[in-house]
Amino acid sequence: MPTRNNSTSAAPSDRAERERRNNVRPDGWCNPVPSARYSLVVIGAGTAGLVAAHAAAALGAKVALIERHLLGGDCLNVGCVPSKAIIRTSRLYAEMRHATQYGAQIPGDVRVDFSAVMQRMRDIRARISRADSVRRLTEAGVDLFFGAACFTGTEALTVDGTTLRFKKAMIATGSRPDTPSIPGLAEAGYLTNENVFDLTELPRRLLVIGGGPLGCELAQAFSRFGSKTIIAQSWPLFLPREERDAAQILSDAFARDGIEVRLNTRAVNVRVEGGQKLVDLVSDDHKSTVAIDAILTGTGRVPNVDGLNLEAAGVDYDNTDGIRVDDFLQTTNPRIYAAGDACLEHKFTHTADASARIVIRNALFLGRQRLSALTIPWCTYTDPEIAHVGLHVRQAHDKHISVKTFTIPMHDVDRAIADGEEAGFVKIHVKEGTDRILGSTIVARHAGEMINEVTLAMVAGIGLRTLASVIHAYPTQGEAIKKAADAYNRTRLTPFVKTIFSRWLTWQR
Amino acid sequence: MISEPPMTEQTLDQLQRAALSYFLRAVNPANGLIADTSRDNSPASIGVVGFALSAYPIAVERGWMTRADAVERSLATLRFFRDSDQSGSPEATGYKGFYYHFLDMQTGVRMWRSELSMIDTAMLIAGALTAAGYFTAETKEEIELRRIADALYRRIDWSWTLDGNATIRLGWKPECGFLNYGWDGYNEAIVLYVLALGSPTHPIAGDSFEAWTATYQWENLYGYDFLYAGPLFIHQFSHAWIDFRGIQDRFMRKKRCDYFENSRRATEVQREYARRNPHGFAGYDESCWGVTACDGPSQQEPELADEPRRLFGYAARGVPYGPDDGTLSGWAAVASLPFAPDIVLRTVGTMLDRYPENLSDLQYTSSFNPTLARADRRAWVSAGLFGLDQGIVLLMIENHRTQLIWQLMRNCRPIRTGLSRAGFRGGWLSRRASHKNHTNAHSQ
Repeated sequence: MPTRNNSTSAAPSDRAERERRNNVRPDGWCNPVPSARYSLVVIGAGTAGLVAAHAAAALGAKVALIERHLLGGDCLNVGCVPSKAIIRTSRLYAEMRHATQYGAQIPGDVRVDFSAVMQRMRDIRARISRADSVRRLTEAGVDLFFGAACFTGTEALTVDGTTLRFKKAMIATGSRPDTPSIPGLAEAGYLTNENVFDLTELPRRLLVIGGGPLGCELAQAFSRFGSKTIIAQSWPLFLPREERDAAQILSDAFARDGIEVRLNTRAVNVRVEGGQKLVDLVSDDHKSTVAIDAILTGTGRVPNVDGLNLEAAGVDYDNTDGIRVDDFLQTTNPRIYAAGDACLEHKFTHTADASARIVIRNALFLGRQRLSALTIPWCTYTDPEIAHVGLHVRQAHDKHISVKTFTIPMHDVDRAIADGEEAGFVKIHVKEGTDRILGSTIVARHAGEMINEVTLAMVAGIGLRTLASVIHAYPTQGEAIKKAADAYNRTRLTPFVKTIFSRWLTWQR
Repeated sequence: MISEPPMTEQTLDQLQRAALSYFLRAVNPANGLIADTSRDNSPASIGVVGFALSAYPIAVERGWMTRADAVERSLATLRFFRDSDQSGSPEATGYKGFYYHFLDMQTGVRMWRSELSMIDTAMLIAGALTAAGYFTAETKEEIELRRIADALYRRIDWSWTLDGNATIRLGWKPECGFLNYGWDGYNEAIVLYVLALGSPTHPIAGDSFEAWTATYQWENLYGYDFLYAGPLFIHQFSHAWIDFRGIQDRFMRKKRCDYFENSRRATEVQREYARRNPHGFAGYDESCWGVTACDGPSQQEPELADEPRRLFGYAARGVPYGPDDGTLSGWAAVASLPFAPDIVLRTVGTMLDRYPENLSDLQYTSSFNPTLARADRRAWVSAGLFGLDQGIVLLMIENHRTQLIWQLMRNCRPIRTGLSRAGFRGGWLSRRASHKNHTNAHSQ
């Protein structure tokens, strides 16, 4: 196991890093003297913890927030924020190389300056860290404690020896990379999301193990920076949770980027010879060895539940699924709730945020809001992006719901054609015979932006019939959603209805 | 208005006869095995053998082959499979009644470390049952033929292919066990499921078919409601043997459609895609289409090494999401003939008129690519011939003209039983099997 990215980072200690550190874990910080009893103690200052602490304090609660490492959690420091920053640069490089497709000249010297890529990422990360800085938290009235939390009973815990008593507590300790147990991997060294953004040099040859969201996003980004990239995925397709067509389009996009795609392939052994890493790969009965300079693993995440002494608090958990919660996010100790990656199947920043808001209502205001009532979209930020909300067709079948899908290929959308961004589709699943949206998958350059419209429609109970009457600005790629709604409307024009209309119009002549 | 070149019955006759000639040339008469392709050192493909066994009755009916010759060829084939090594060793021919995908033309042992192929075994057995349904005379040879076909079918352990799962696994290798191909969604496997369900000895459970159809995607695409699958062959191969007109499983009953009508719509979707031609490939229009699994150009060919576009070689090309590199298959258009005859006849005529190089001695090549036209303006053409392409052309033209294969298989008890267990009802399935001169219900 690599050591976790504690308060120290291997990234260059430049102005941006100093600013970020000052925001998320300032040197010389002294924990405050605790209050006698807190309305809410929040363990973990990632997205869920920060949202809960700010919200509870704003509502007048006495709040303590405990963080073992850095404010902002994975999302800010080693997740969404840095990855999206470098993905943006990688897209630009890809566009420069394909400039002629857009009627432009390829710049004379498309040379990747990796240190500039990472510098931009660090600048962005530092800037965004201001929003949830130590200063803002303390100004909001939150008592911030840096250190490891450990329950001592059902109503108390300690932070580095200091006891905090609480009326309610929320566990939001997040998750960490689930490292595959491959012989020789630890000895050879490897990257995860926790240290990949500390790189100062671009690996010449990179093997990405795992075809989940992180592996896919970073494989494409590093390939576009110039790393000769291989991605090995143990399943027959990438992104096993997504629709087959989405995964297929992604495979094709990877191949276009020059990524060597190895599906159905497991890494079984790693060794170092002559300064390079040799990885044995197995696909069914085919064995091969690849020589690479760096390995990035992206094979899932496991919840952080160690060291909390949850047994003393009467909180059930397991190491795979994390803290056990009910639909109200309450643990087996009625005083203690959980939110975010530590307890959720969908380990996304926005679900951490949403779950924290549920906890505030349920823990502090006798609310009865259910996790299962949430409509949760997600997006993998490859190029094209793959976004989803609601049910997949298979899930609907399992619920014995008959599904019909309205599909609009992006090559039928004028703006996508004009933008040269035709790879992908909008699929909207409705309950057969109705316009009720069950779910949607969008594969498009900006699918993450587009899925929000479908999510809004689902949450507001808006069906395709209404969506068809909503004027969409032309030309936009989001018009694909309107086209899907129009396609639904056309299916209402049955032969019988058409006959009636025809007779009416004939009579009107 | 552009006039389309006429397609006559004579032309269809010529195309069928040319397709048949592949099986006559590519055969090892000693064991009935048929080469996968006409390329040098091609192994036999068991799926192609299934098409050959189905082709001989057509040849007899059309007077291109004597009945005795057809029986002899069929018997040689069936005897070989009956006597083949079923140990499942890496050098065997098969295991648990299934066969390796590719076999040595002479010895019949496994080639290319190929997988034990469930779908190709199904096509082989469909061919064997077709032969058994046609050669119903009470002669010593034809009785033996029917007995072997029955025995081959009975010894297949279809239930083994579930491997504890709800749906059938695609392949198996002695070196690593079952393969993990994630074979979800609608594909060419209905004939496989039907045969597996109809088995009197080792059937799979009826809910396996339901579990498979639960992975279907019913989509409205280009204005057509249809059961989506990208490559065109998926909408054709099971239809080579099974007449899906008017019979419906639970899925299709809900959708008020049937698989035959679905294949017609898939044909329309191909036309719509070609009309849109999103990648701007040469030749594509509503009378020139056929995006499917086929051989294709590749940068590994020296003359294409500098081609800037991505080329996919042998790939399951499909619409609307690709992969698509401008490669079309004339045979795939022909194979949709029963579903949309007017459209297909016009298309086939146009494609032959524009790209005669697509044919080699009246036999369809695997594919052509007009975007990669050479200096003489002729399209890039796949080298040699593929047996599967010849088989599907021959059978689907016959089904269009006389429904011979469909009629034979309508009377085939395993097919009827399998369809019933899969939940198919209505149409011809609700009527008793009929018996024509050349056909009898396959005895079990």
